[in-house]
Amino acid sequence: VSSVITWDSSYPGEKAVSFPESAGHSLDPQIGIDGAVAEIEKKIIEAFEVFDHECNKTVDVREIGSIVRSLGCFPTEAELHELLAEVEEEEPTGYINLEKFLPVMTKVLLHRSYQPIPEDVLLHAFEALDENKCGYITKEELVKYLTEEGEPFTQEEMEDMLSTALDPETNTVHYRDYISMLVVDET
Amino acid sequence: MGSGSSVNPTNYKYSLQKSENAFKAAVLIQQWYRRYVARLEMRRRCTWRIFQSIEYACEQDQIKLHNFFSYLMDHFTPSSSKERDFISRMFISGESFKEAELEKYCDYESMEVPDSYTGPRLSFPLLPDHATALLEAFKQKQQLHARYVLNLLHETRKHLKQLPNISHVSTCYSEEVTVCGDLHGQLDDLFFIFYKNGLPSPSKSYVFNGDFVDRGKQSLEILIILFTFLLIYPKEVHLNRGNHEDHMVNLRYGFTKEVMQKYKVHGKKILKMIQNVFCWLPLATLIDQKVLIIHGGISDTTDLDMLHKIQRNKFISVLRGKKRKESNKDVEIQEINGESKVETESSESESDLSLSPQPRPAPSITNRLEFSKWLRQTVQEQIDWCRQLVDSESEPEEPTYSSVVSLTELDTQCWTHQEEWKQILDILWSDPMSQEGCRVNTVRGGGCYFGPDVTNKILEKYNLQFLIRSHECKHEGYEFCHNRKVLTIFSASNYYEIGSNRGAYVKLGPDLVPHFVQYQASKTAHTLTMTQRISRVEESAFRALREKLFAHTSALISAFKAYDKDNTGKISLSSWAMAVESVLHLGLPWRMLRPQLVRSTADGMLEYKSWLDDLAMEQRSQEHIQTSLLEVIYRNRSNLETIFRIIDRDHSGLISFEEFRQTWKLFSTHMNTELTDDGINDLVRSIDFNKDGNIDFNEFLEAFRLVKQSQ
Repeated sequence: VSSVITWDSSYPGEKAVSFPESAGHSLDPQIGIDGAVAEIEKKIIEAFEVFDHECNKTVDVREIGSIVRSLGCFPTEAELHELLAEVEEEEPTGYINLEKFLPVMTKVLLHRSYQPIPEDVLLHAFEALDENKCGYITKEELVKYLTEEGEPFTQEEMEDMLSTALDPETNTVHYRDYISMLVVDET
Repeated sequence: MGSGSSVNPTNYKYSLQKSENAFKAAVLIQQWYRRYVARLEMRRRCTWRIFQSIEYACEQDQIKLHNFFSYLMDHFTPSSSKERDFISRMFISGESFKEAELEKYCDYESMEVPDSYTGPRLSFPLLPDHATALLEAFKQKQQLHARYVLNLLHETRKHLKQLPNISHVSTCYSEEVTVCGDLHGQLDDLFFIFYKNGLPSPSKSYVFNGDFVDRGKQSLEILIILFTFLLIYPKEVHLNRGNHEDHMVNLRYGFTKEVMQKYKVHGKKILKMIQNVFCWLPLATLIDQKVLIIHGGISDTTDLDMLHKIQRNKFISVLRGKKRKESNKDVEIQEINGESKVETESSESESDLSLSPQPRPAPSITNRLEFSKWLRQTVQEQIDWCRQLVDSESEPEEPTYSSVVSLTELDTQCWTHQEEWKQILDILWSDPMSQEGCRVNTVRGGGCYFGPDVTNKILEKYNLQFLIRSHECKHEGYEFCHNRKVLTIFSASNYYEIGSNRGAYVKLGPDLVPHFVQYQASKTAHTLTMTQRISRVEESAFRALREKLFAHTSALISAFKAYDKDNTGKISLSSWAMAVESVLHLGLPWRMLRPQLVRSTADGMLEYKSWLDDLAMEQRSQEHIQTSLLEVIYRNRSNLETIFRIIDRDHSGLISFEEFRQTWKLFSTHMNTELTDDGINDLVRSIDFNKDGNIDFNEFLEAFRLVKQSQ
């Protein structure tokens, strides 16, 4: 009998459980609550401007995911769509305005929505797909799960992950090694 | 397992749970992975921004350097005749040679090529075999003998002189035209283009859109190859001048150095010839009268008719020329009016400057304005004297008031030198922007930013379909803007660092529909994963950024202190970001970059002094040199190097101790640094210079790691 694993992360409907401090959102002792909001807004504007090619306070709607994620959030695709619905114009133009994005994103960061996924939770996820508990998943199996289940990967995304994760000699992914190789240091 | 019944509630629940788990697991992994990729993308873009802002700030420095020289002219009071000579020399260097003088100076016919030389031997007129021999030789890292280099340059110059300012290409003769952008001395990229696209030939036309030299280590080889093909296939190969085809820019960006290193004996001659080849390069190319190709861009005053007619070779360096030429005009006008060369302007002037032919004594230096005017005229006269020495093949003077008055038969329009100069500066230095309008390119310091409306006007006025330009590095090697009316093409892959960007070239057929080919000419780049590539480029960018931060240590301390009113030695990370931007003015997203720059914080507060000390430790090479001095050197190293190279007129790599001191003094005046004489002496003592009072300034620069380590 396999164990039942409960995920702490949210999938549509479930509320996010609050995690310990992370991604540098701690209150700045020098500046207090208002200062904290101002600081968060500055961060958001910086991230936004990196993708604002025309320098006119708009970004392509397809870049919103990158912006939200690089601000320390781990939304699912579904959550991202919800967010987009809030920031898009009535008649979607393909562009998102900073004006609309800023307040919504500030709220997201203040409420610490879309919590980061800790290493051990990620490890459990891989283990759940590793039926025989041998420490690796075959290429075929991984591809099947990630392109058919959950919020499926595009072929490009799958190939990209495989390019670093796959051990070409055995055609398997040793997920422990993979995770430790790619966990990015966040302060 | 197996009970026989098809629906076993336990099994059903179990498998439901299992698939639910798999589903959730998949979501988690995908969620996490997408986040990881987004972070990478952000890192990549930030890295790009770092490189770009540093690169353009450097170009701006170059322009500032020229303003520095102008400033010198107006404000510096030399305290000895040595210093006077020193300054005047800086302005005389780089003057254009008359034809006969050039031939004599850069003579190659008497140069013997030893039998031991195994490289290619060129004979003129060149044949396709010579080209293939050269390509093969360069692949084997051989060097072309100086005699052939000079011969080639002479022939190239002769050929270029016949060409109009704007080349015309037609797609009905050779089906396709290939346009390449900046190569910047990256020979591997050129090899790749020839390999993939084929060599130039009667059925394969090429346009090379400038910036062949600087930064990369094989600029000279690229020039030799391009000039060779130009001479073999004059109808099919077209070269445009770029902003780096300019000896003043080459002094800073490495081409001058490369030539001197490769040709220790004849390098100076080669450089002189090249100077006089660059100024003859055409300014633009037109394909089928529909596609205009220029290196930089356009401005709202760009006038193709003017560009057609001006004498492009007058502009040896596109950077120089503003102030001095104006003073030249002043002098000429006075001559016409029958006045002697006496200053009549200034009401402040008391002593009368009676200027007799050289050598003439300097006026009293108590009146600075007086003196600087005298200086200007002395310099101008020295130049005129040089010109008189030479048997001139009447190269017409720049259109001054006198030429307008006396030569009325001339049917050419007489634009001011200033107007002509602006035309060239604009097409070599400008960048497109997304907003409408046209404003000064403050980032580069030359040319302008032009908007889509400016593009549309030009296209309409001259009945063109679109513009092709280069000048800016693009991640994919090419990029459209202005509603696909402006195409940027950049052919130097891995420009900032291995893995930073692709190079590309574009092919146009009679339908003028662009087809692109991208590449990345580095075996290493291909074996790296995306993550590794980004990490590597990022590391390089941050190293450069940390260096810049170190160079502004004093200013940063002041800025930090302003946020630390209680003198706790700590500031918040938010304050850090604001302070750093206020000092560096690079427009970078500091909060995004912070994790890579600031490693340790205590409760979200930064101990700024120790952070700066850490930065200094990375940079410092010689313990006994005060940090502040090192900081000054770092901040100004590009300028320093350029000035040194100007002083070292024979390109020997040696300057005298006196000249070295003078340079530092000039620097202090302009840069507001408090550098005492003792400070300078300490500096010199730390350099191993031989007793004859000469400093090998290459050693000096390397000792302080001022020269990039990538040799």
